[in-house]
Amino acid sequence: MELQAVLMAAGGGSRMMDLTYNTPKPLLPVGNRPLIWYPLNLLERVGFEEVIVITTKEVQKALSTDQRLKTDVKLRLDVVCIQEEADMGTADALRHIQQKIKTDILVVSCDLITDVALHEVVDLFRAHSATLSILMSKVHEFTETVPGQKGKKKAGEQRDFVGVDVTGKRLLFMANEADLDEGLVLRKSIMRKHPRMLIKTGLLDGHLYCLKRSVVDFLVHNKCVTSIRGELVPYLVRKQFSKSLNSQNATEDSEKNQKQQDAHHNLELLSTSKDEALLQLARERSCWNDHRGDMSEAYHGGKLRCYVHIMEEGMCYRVNTLAAYIEANRVVPKLFEDPPIHPAAVVSERSLVGSDSIIGPLCQISDKTSIKRSNVGTSTTIKEKVKITNSIIMNGVTIEEGCNIQGSVICNNAVIGRGADIKYCLVGSGQHVEPEAERTNEVIVGSDQLMEI
Amino acid sequence: MADSDGRQVVSINHSTEEDVKLQEVVQAKCEGKELTKEEKQRLRKEKKQHKKNKKDDRGPPEKEKEKEKASVLAPSKPATQSPAHKAAPVPVNASASESPVAAEKPAKSKAEQRAERRARQDTERASKQGKKEGGQQSASSKPKATPNELQPVVKRLPEHIQVDDPAALKKLAKKLERQQVPLRSDYGYKVSLFSHLHQYSRKNPPTQQISIPATVIHPSIVRLGLQYSQGIIAGSNARSVALLHAFKQVIQDYSTPPNEELSRDLVNKLSPYISFLSQCRPLSASMGNAIKYIKKEISNIPSQCKEEEAKRRLQECIDSYINEKIILASEAISKYAIEKISDGDVILVYGCSSLVNHILCEAFEKQRKFRVIVVDSRPRLEGREALRRLVKKGIRCTYVLISALSYILPEVSKVFLGAHALLANGYVMSRVGTSQIALVAKAYNVPVLVCCETYKFCERVQTDSFESNELDDPDDLIVTRNGKTHLENWQTVKSLGLLNLVYDVTPPDFVDLVITDLGMIPCTSVPVVLRVKNVDQ
Repeated sequence: MELQAVLMAAGGGSRMMDLTYNTPKPLLPVGNRPLIWYPLNLLERVGFEEVIVITTKEVQKALSTDQRLKTDVKLRLDVVCIQEEADMGTADALRHIQQKIKTDILVVSCDLITDVALHEVVDLFRAHSATLSILMSKVHEFTETVPGQKGKKKAGEQRDFVGVDVTGKRLLFMANEADLDEGLVLRKSIMRKHPRMLIKTGLLDGHLYCLKRSVVDFLVHNKCVTSIRGELVPYLVRKQFSKSLNSQNATEDSEKNQKQQDAHHNLELLSTSKDEALLQLARERSCWNDHRGDMSEAYHGGKLRCYVHIMEEGMCYRVNTLAAYIEANRVVPKLFEDPPIHPAAVVSERSLVGSDSIIGPLCQISDKTSIKRSNVGTSTTIKEKVKITNSIIMNGVTIEEGCNIQGSVICNNAVIGRGADIKYCLVGSGQHVEPEAERTNEVIVGSDQLMEI
Repeated sequence: MADSDGRQVVSINHSTEEDVKLQEVVQAKCEGKELTKEEKQRLRKEKKQHKKNKKDDRGPPEKEKEKEKASVLAPSKPATQSPAHKAAPVPVNASASESPVAAEKPAKSKAEQRAERRARQDTERASKQGKKEGGQQSASSKPKATPNELQPVVKRLPEHIQVDDPAALKKLAKKLERQQVPLRSDYGYKVSLFSHLHQYSRKNPPTQQISIPATVIHPSIVRLGLQYSQGIIAGSNARSVALLHAFKQVIQDYSTPPNEELSRDLVNKLSPYISFLSQCRPLSASMGNAIKYIKKEISNIPSQCKEEEAKRRLQECIDSYINEKIILASEAISKYAIEKISDGDVILVYGCSSLVNHILCEAFEKQRKFRVIVVDSRPRLEGREALRRLVKKGIRCTYVLISALSYILPEVSKVFLGAHALLANGYVMSRVGTSQIALVAKAYNVPVLVCCETYKFCERVQTDSFESNELDDPDDLIVTRNGKTHLENWQTVKSLGLLNLVYDVTPPDFVDLVITDLGMIPCTSVPVVLRVKNVDQ
């Protein structure tokens, strides 16, 4: 087998706690499907037949009971549960399932919604025998107003600096602004090998990684690495140009940094096979070089290579903030040819449902309601004379008569009292908004949520 | 046979004929078999013309069907089996059958009409006889017709040089569908002289339609195909070594299904992989020979051999093939070639040939004093890589583009060329531009030495670069200077075609010596080597 898919669905959604304190992030409805459906659909479309899903018990229950997931997803899901309290990083999770991993892996995050041609990422991984291959996309500006946001968005924080070579495929440098103390530090060895480097900042990391099997074994030996994105990827990118990996006498190094050397050896030796001599011969006889201008052979003789595929066009969203969640809800329904009004929904004839809205199954929409540019989830009851614009209504919500909801997000099982006027608000899970309330730009959550902090 | 002839004689006698025909028939009676064969041939020709007159509007597809029916029942093997054999007779055949038709049409004398009527009667008689004999005659008459008329062994034309023929394309599509290999579509306008060849674009990789954990095709073959199509593995030797490496992994991961024999099943497993690789990039002659060798080795595995033992044996075979034919061969060739390099030589090389680079590096290590002129050409600019390797070794080099060839040749004392394949008629198939180098060198009386291992010798015959070649991605020819790309929208200009040829053939008159691992031979001795090789195997 060539690749095994691993879906990381245990994350908490720490940047949108208002949405996720009751519903786990993988089950948040986007376009009336649970968020986890999108990466599963991507994997199924390209031809995967089974996926290892690392998640919590709650999500596992939903995966086996949710009607939509069961019928639409034909993949075989191998669900591995981890304790929510264990606070495992993604790399820890990989270490946890090390026994199941037999080949190279494709790690996907559950909050990735994209229509990328996955073979672009995997082809880089295959053709160059890369250790790491990642997906990045140009960041789209979010145009929708985010409820509960006070003041302008603080841009420029937590930027990613990504350095690529002239071809735009080889990943030379990766650092997050948070990790840099004073300035960007570039090693001379990188500049000597790749004198022309393009540094890009407006990129969104898709959290889709192709990793070689030896990296998983490396993780097992180095228990200090907890997060793939935060620690492993920058480490691998740095190690491409590390002296000890490239020099011939790596095996003769002394005891200083013995542990680190062992780690490096593990990374290298495990990737060599018996037929390495033949591959070496083929490469020597081939008249190809990935760069020109200096006297070194292809790849500068380095065994560790990291590649990146940057999506110029197409859709790529990571639903990890409220703004991204809203944007995704806006864009996603246009992709899939589901009927906008689910056949199981009961929509009264005297109501007005706009063409860019979607209604989930088992809904009840009463007379004289108007729904424009909104997503209405499953089992929602909407009474008469309600006006809903630009909003996201999740599952099991009850909206009484005469309400006016604009630009808001109403979470699961909330109840909006009669005559309420809600503008740009976020109503948390299970909350009750009293009748005749007028809320603008607020986040309405329960008191127990406040206690958690 | 005699019966029909006898009846023929009778019918001729009945119809009032010219004396010529009578005389011929009398001769036929006397002289026995030879002339009767000619009679038969003539009759068959007339039959064919008759058919042509009838089904004139169907035209080419009919011809194709005849061609394919006429082929020997050989398993489809990639390009190595003399497509040129077929290509030469086929146009001759076509023109031969067409010219009499054209000639006859305006002048349909009574004699011709009678001949046609006779031919029709004979076909009916022949078909009746054929039904009696189990239909063998009619079937064998067709394949016999072409060989009797045109001597050579009839082989099927490979699909990759029949791209402009819709019937052949359909056949290829069906075969690929059966093997579950994705069909790669052609790209861009093809220059009409080369419209019978495939032209692919690097932007449409062959992996677009393959599922991501590749299941139908082994992952190492998918990787290999990608590396071929992107040019990461380029050069005849490199491609063969990489192919054999991938096959080793395939054999390693192979497990015999129940009720199957390894010797037969493994060969069947390899066919879709080979189709996939030829979709990525047309197979080279050396790859074809390597595949033939492996298939022979696999089918020679005795059936009582256990799977592990068989796999081990195959891996050893592959290792020994690479060792003998590539590594040791290059050692032997450099030994011979070094004899030809004297101190003070100025050697000209073209492009990046792994063998020639190896020879020059060895010669330098053996303390020969020489300098090298590297000639390069667009769009591949492989000479830069050759230059890098030679300079890294310490050899003094000069670098020119091929347009400066005639200016630099007066300085040159020898020309060393690498080869992609050596054809059976002594022609050298190599990177495009090689024939120019050989031509100009001949004009300046500079000796041209071609270095080629024997495993690259192939039984094909080709005298021009049109019949079988490879068309590379035309977008490679587009160059961006000062931010401006003039050819960016070349597809919108209807009368503009970009041609990016990969190979060309050099006639043996321009080549003075071929250095192989069997020794230094003249170009015309290639068929001898092939014969000796076949006897050995």
